[in-house]
Amino acid sequence: MTDTDVPLQPRKKGLTRRQKRSLSRGAQYVVFVAAVIAFAVSADWGRLKNQFAQADIAEQMFPDVITLALKNTVLYTLSGFVVGLVLGLVIALMRLSSVGPYRWFAGVYIEIFRGLPALLIFIFIGVAVPLAFPGTEIIGGTYGKVALALGLVAAAYMAETIRAGIQAVPKGQLEAARSLGFSPARAMVSIIIPQAFRIILPPLTNELVLLFKDSSLVLFLGVTLEERELSKYGRDLASTTANSTPILVAGLCYLLVTIPLGFVVRRMEAKAQEAVK
Amino acid sequence: MSRPEIQVQGLHKSFGDNEVLRGIDLEIGHGEVVCVIGPSGSGKSTLLRCVNLLEEPTKGRVFVGGTELTDPDVDIDAVRRRIGMVFQQFNLFPHLSVTENLTLPQRRVLGRGKAEAAKVAAENLERVGLAEKADAYPSSLSGGQQQRVAIARSLSMGPEVMLFDEPTSALDPELVGDVLAVMRRLAQEGMTMMVVTHEMTFAREVADRVVFMDAGAIVEDGSPAQVIGNPAHERTRHFLSRLLDPAMAEVEEHDNAP
Repeated sequence: MTDTDVPLQPRKKGLTRRQKRSLSRGAQYVVFVAAVIAFAVSADWGRLKNQFAQADIAEQMFPDVITLALKNTVLYTLSGFVVGLVLGLVIALMRLSSVGPYRWFAGVYIEIFRGLPALLIFIFIGVAVPLAFPGTEIIGGTYGKVALALGLVAAAYMAETIRAGIQAVPKGQLEAARSLGFSPARAMVSIIIPQAFRIILPPLTNELVLLFKDSSLVLFLGVTLEERELSKYGRDLASTTANSTPILVAGLCYLLVTIPLGFVVRRMEAKAQEAVK
Repeated sequence: MSRPEIQVQGLHKSFGDNEVLRGIDLEIGHGEVVCVIGPSGSGKSTLLRCVNLLEEPTKGRVFVGGTELTDPDVDIDAVRRRIGMVFQQFNLFPHLSVTENLTLPQRRVLGRGKAEAAKVAAENLERVGLAEKADAYPSSLSGGQQQRVAIARSLSMGPEVMLFDEPTSALDPELVGDVLAVMRRLAQEGMTMMVVTHEMTFAREVADRVVFMDAGAIVEDGSPAQVIGNPAHERTRHFLSRLLDPAMAEVEEHDNAP
């Protein structure tokens, strides 16, 4: 009770834990701010501005950078996404199939297309397919090729995402559907897949962002002036003007789409988190 | 009583080395209400799930309405349309509204038109006393309401037999009554029902027969007065005393061997 019979722990010399913690945090701030300042001071902003931020060059890019380049980028991305989604769904269902060869094929597909750089797939589609099937044209010309190349890559990732989504739907849902007389296929289409897609909407949107960036690989297929997308368009213009401003503008155009998409994903994730509670 | 509505012959079911059902013979007549009771792990839920082939029997035969479900060439989806099933965890479709939960199976499975499906759904929601929840989503309903919707969903398919797998076990005690009231009404209307339950009052008052299972076998089968009121077997008495007065039970070693 009193300070005579309960020996107080002798106060250790030096700092308490709380003091140590705030000291260490303060040190982190100082290092971080110093690094930012050092970077800002040591960079040659004048030269950077000359090379990357010429207002007149940026001005002459409009409206083509939007009406042609960004439009093509979006078009390539969306067509690749649709192909990837359909193919990914098929692969995911094969992966979950009770038929051994289907599972095996899906597994090999996923490993190959997830393990290869997207760039190689584009080169393969551009070179190997015309060689292997002379005389046949991929439907849609460049657009078809891009949709196929992006779709093949995206399908591997999406298949795994979709499979996880399907497996995340509680087992009782399938049992309820089957006991109502749904066939396995009908239960999958009407009951399981709609719920799976609700679960995987955020990761699928992330995949869309990744595809958006991968669409820049189109330049390895060799495209006409009309088929150029943001990266190719920016690079071409950068070499004709001998200035990198177009690269910066093209980059900003990507962010124009990816940042809102990222925002949407975070909103969806927050909502999904809420729904769980 | 003509031919039995449900007929189970020599049913065995094993999960790996674990033999859950060791030779079950059971007949349930048309319009009969049979409650299956027994300790957890006795195989009563597995038996129920074998009756609509959610579990594949290891051995034995199951008939419902004269059709053999265990026949490898049976159209199982067609038979299941005649068997309603109510789960412990309700298993409503969370992405659909209450009405859609009732109409989608009718339309996809029975091929009913939109208007007819909606009419049948409304009738059955009325029947379970939830007409005002037609547009709600399952997540906004209480457990008892969800279970009544699940019953209405099964009834909308026009089943000849209803299976209930511990329908009130996941409910808060004060919500149990509404679900049991719906089931009692169904029994009075003459539905053939097989109910796995721990609700002894329901079994005593509503069931035509009570089946006591233990360790994968039927130990006792008779009227409620006989099985619950005056059990012939020590195991039944033991189970009932622990169920009816759990506070008085002694700590004991559990061994499931018969």
